[in-house]
Amino acid sequence: MSEIFDIFLLEAIINGILFGGVLALLSLGLNLIFGVVDVVWICYAELVMFGMYTVYWLAGVYDINIFIAAMAAIALVSVLGWLVHVLIISPILGTAPINQLLATGGLLFFLQSVATLMFSIEFRNLGLRLPILEFSEMYFSYARLLAFGVALVGMVVVYLFLTRTYIGAAIRAISQDREIMVLMGVDAKKIYWVTAGVGGGLAGLAACLLVLQYDVHPFVGISFGPITFIICVLGGLGNMIGGFIAAFILSIIISVGGLYSEIEWGYVLAFVFFIVMMFIRPQGLLGKK
Amino acid sequence: MLDLKGINAGYGSFQALFDISLTVNAGEAVSVIGPNGAGKTTLMRVISGMTAPFSGEMEMEGKSLSSFPPHQIVELGIAHVPENRRLFPGMTVEDNLKLGAFAKTARGDSAKNLEFVYELFPRMKERRSQLAGTMSGGEQQMCAIGRAIMSGPKLLLMDEPSAGLAPVVVQQVFSLVRRIREEGYTVLIVEQNVQQVLQVVDRAYLLEAGQLIDSGKSEDLLESESVRKAYMGL
Repeated sequence: MSEIFDIFLLEAIINGILFGGVLALLSLGLNLIFGVVDVVWICYAELVMFGMYTVYWLAGVYDINIFIAAMAAIALVSVLGWLVHVLIISPILGTAPINQLLATGGLLFFLQSVATLMFSIEFRNLGLRLPILEFSEMYFSYARLLAFGVALVGMVVVYLFLTRTYIGAAIRAISQDREIMVLMGVDAKKIYWVTAGVGGGLAGLAACLLVLQYDVHPFVGISFGPITFIICVLGGLGNMIGGFIAAFILSIIISVGGLYSEIEWGYVLAFVFFIVMMFIRPQGLLGKK
Repeated sequence: MLDLKGINAGYGSFQALFDISLTVNAGEAVSVIGPNGAGKTTLMRVISGMTAPFSGEMEMEGKSLSSFPPHQIVELGIAHVPENRRLFPGMTVEDNLKLGAFAKTARGDSAKNLEFVYELFPRMKERRSQLAGTMSGGEQQMCAIGRAIMSGPKLLLMDEPSAGLAPVVVQQVFSLVRRIREEGYTVLIVEQNVQQVLQVVDRAYLLEAGQLIDSGKSEDLLESESVRKAYMGL
């Protein structure tokens, strides 16, 4: 009896880790933008939604090769991210932080409404049936394994970009001393543009991975947005490594918590854990001060 | 090399510099000395593009600085070692140095310049993986100077390199300045540490309340009764 139970527990933990990959990817994008521009994009998950629709329409409806559809989705959401910065954030950058929250929060509802008008509220999916992998009496969905693998690769690429390139170094530096960047020959505006584009691209990549596993509808952002914010705050807002760790902690809590009853209880447990942690470490796991 | 004519500058409605004209020739080391609040830092900031002047002309090797956006000034060969060093404290020494070579004109020579910085400051080579914010003040000053050198400059602007350092370290910093001069860099340095800076530079300007009130050769200024009285407490 207890042996079987252990296998369920192990399966839940592994599934939690697999689920955590995409969440870590999303929180990396949000943290990157916050770390550089000092603005939280409330509408980040709605960009993911548009990415999911792109893959759905191109691959699911027009039968275009799924890899090309994925590339197109990443490119489109990347441009969308850049537009969010240039059109919405940039004009109000120097003003009170509440303005940026309100603006990107308003954009969230705008994007949901646009999606409803364009695509209706119908749930749509790719209709892909990826196999289930069985491994010593444990079951893992292939889509989830793929999503985890690709998310890890995506994060490694971003890590190399941040540590090995000049622009990456400037991205890491800019939040530490904005004013001095000009002496390094850095045009802060360009760094913001690159960051918004990369942040958008990460949302696009996450969209490609999520559309393999979930239906897409105009309000799908609700499923990933709040948990992404909570991951970022738990890890320490702007701290990319903290976000990475927090993503896996929360996804394992959700998965294991869901093992004992409904998956919703897993979320309840995760949010309770988050609230308790905020009392213990309000600055986040790896946050300073 | 550097020519300033009639510079007026400040912040908002506050004017910090009045009609400043000065020249730095290639190969020279020049100092601007003056008390706290005289406008020394503003002068440095105006030259490197951090603060836009109200009016006046600035030229670097015949090119007007006002026709370049601030982040391109460094590409003209002007590197600014800012007041209080202003390193990126959460990044390693090597990352800090690398950022000094961000400008497109500097990237090609960055490996060569890095080697030169490490040769100039062997301490920086030892500490290259250490976070810049965890080093001593003197070491941070080395890193800040190294970062400026990484841009491959012709002219180094140094804003109070001795500020906030222990007396022994101040000695080291001034011998660093001398070393940098010998390497062929043109240097413009603002200082309050008048006695010591005058032993390193060729010429100096006296800045008081935003105006240049005197200038001359270092030897003459060191002898001058008024300078000795006003700045050295002698």
